[in-house]
This record gives sequence, C-alpha cells and structure tokens, in this order.
Amino acid sequence: MHSFGYRLNGLLTFSLTILTIMCAIASLSDNLNTPSPSAEIQIININRFQKQPQGNDEVSLTMNISADLQSLFTWNTKQLFIFVAAEYETPKNSLNQVSLWDAIIIAKEHAKFWIHTSNKYRFVDQGNNLRGKEFNLTLHWHVMPKTGKMFADKIVLTGYSFPEEYR
Amino acid sequence: MGWIGDTLDSVKSIQIRQLLTQAVSLGMIVTSALIIWKGLMCVTGSESPVVVVLSGSMEPGFKRGDILFLHMSKDPIRAGEIVVFNIDGREIPIVHRVIKVHERQDTGEVDVLTKGDNNYGDDRLLYAQGQLYLQRHHIMGRAVGFLPYVGWVTIIMTEKPIIKYILIGALGLLVITSKD
Repeated sequence: MHSFGYRLNGLLTFSLTILTIMCAIASLSDNLNTPSPSAEIQIININRFQKQPQGNDEVSLTMNISADLQSLFTWNTKQLFIFVAAEYETPKNSLNQVSLWDAIIIAKEHAKFWIHTSNKYRFVDQGNNLRGKEFNLTLHWHVMPKTGKMFADKIVLTGYSFPEEYR
Repeated sequence: MGWIGDTLDSVKSIQIRQLLTQAVSLGMIVTSALIIWKGLMCVTGSESPVVVVLSGSMEPGFKRGDILFLHMSKDPIRAGEIVVFNIDGREIPIVHRVIKVHERQDTGEVDVLTKGDNNYGDDRLLYAQGQLYLQRHHIMGRAVGFLPYVGWVTIIMTEKPIIKYILIGALGLLVITSKD
C-alpha cells in the first residue's frame, strides 16, 4: 500500500487533477473581464474594380484602420486575432463575408493601433454583383487564451458602397 | 493425505477468482473510457470531439501538440471561426480559420474558404482537384477551447508506435502482477 508504484500513481493523479482544475479556473476568470473596444475604418481609395475573365468581380482597395482593443486582454490571453471582413448581400447569396485583412496581436501595448493598408486578400465576388452595392465592414476579434475557452465578437461599421461603374 | 489435496484445491480456486476479478475490472476501465468518449461525441455533436494539432500552420495561436475541443452546432458557419475539416480522400483532419463565406439565399448552403493563420495563401492548394470551396458536410466541428501540450502523448504514440506497444505491455504486466 505504500510502495513506490502506488505513491507515484497517487502523485500523478493528484497533480493532473489539480492542473485541470487550475486550467478551468483560469478560463472562467476570463468571464470577469468586461471589454470596451472601439474601431474606425475609412476607405481611402478604390484602386481597381474590374470583372475577371471568369465573370467574377474583383476589387482592390486601400483603407485606414484604427482601433483600441486593449480592454480585451486579460492575464489568460495568449493572442488576439483580428480581421476586417466586408459583408454584403447578393441576389444569389443571403450573406457574403470576405476577409480583407488580418493581424495577430500578441501584446496589450500593440492593441491600440492605426494602419494604412491595402487589402491583404483578394476581394473576389461569386458573380458580378458589386456595382453600386452597399456593404458593411466588420472588425472581428478572436481572443485565444493561454488555456480554456476561446471567444469572439465583432464591431459592424455600415455605410460603405462600391462605385456604380468599373474602373 | 486428503487435506493436502483440499488445500491445493482451495489455492487454485482463489487464483482463478483473482484472475477473473482482474479481468472484469480491466473490462470495466475500458468500457467506461468508451462510454465517456461516445458520450462526448453526443454532447458536442461532432464525430471527433477532441483533436490534436499536428502542424504549425496556426501558430502562434495553436502549436503542434495542443489539443482542441470541438463543438458542432446547427449555427451557420461564419468568417473567423476556426473549423476542423476533412478533404475527400485524405484522412488527416485540418484545423484552419474561415476567411470567406458565401451563403445561398434559398437553401442556406454555404461555400467556405479557409486559411491557416501562419500560411501565406489560402487552402485552395489543399482542397481536392477542382474544388474551390468547402461545404458544410466537410466540416467536423468548430474549435471552442484548447489545452496546450497535452496532445504530445498522441503524437509520440502515432509517430513512434514502438512506444505504444511498450506502454500497453507495461500496463498489461502491471495488471497481471499486482496483488489486488
């Protein structure tokens, strides 16, 4: 009953249980945090707006993105994955979401930023529905914890639209 | 010398009873593990409620050896979600993020494009020949939580199967030789 094997077994089980409980508590402590993020996106220029040979519209644009996401960080946060997506509706699709730009923020100090960038990923529609179309730009963030539950949220900015003609 | 025969018989019967008890407790352990696994499959709605991250394509968020808890609900798939999917013809599931969603008006079906955070381009190179998007039936679940490092046990056992055999042999030996 007191051999080395039994003591090792007991020790291992106990330490694993304690570790699991600590991970769960760390994850639960994230719920105590009440975030208050803010963001603003400005479209500086639509650089290209053409129809591809396959028939799909493609857009290239330049934006100013500024945001303050520092309140999302807790001691259990490993990184914040943020991305800007354009959301719009077409006759065929009730929802289209196209990710234009993303970034990974590892430290709280970098979570308040301003960036001038063109879209990182090609903005290609399924079809050619974009002329004159209104769309929303949403800034999404995904909080990835050091351990436990991940959660995500977004800010929706409305009022953007494409030009009526290709250019 | 009848009583020698009697004691010999009683010794034999104790050993058989011990052996049977040990076999039953081993069976109980295996079946309760199976019950927990199948129960998790029911609760999370996913064929594989826990997966191990095998590649570095989602660093620095998920490193090789982390485990992910999956959940599959009827909620529509939206951009930004981390999904685990299988490509037709490949058996290893891939864990990447959704970057493009096209949802049909009439049927509610979705076309989804994914990309690993640490990869330069999207996953079209990984999809089957001629496949441009994933559909809902390719997706096994959404990642909702994670634990670091715990998956290394599975990776080691898969890549060096000799360790698996050594472990099972040692466990079997322990069960047989333990006194209770």
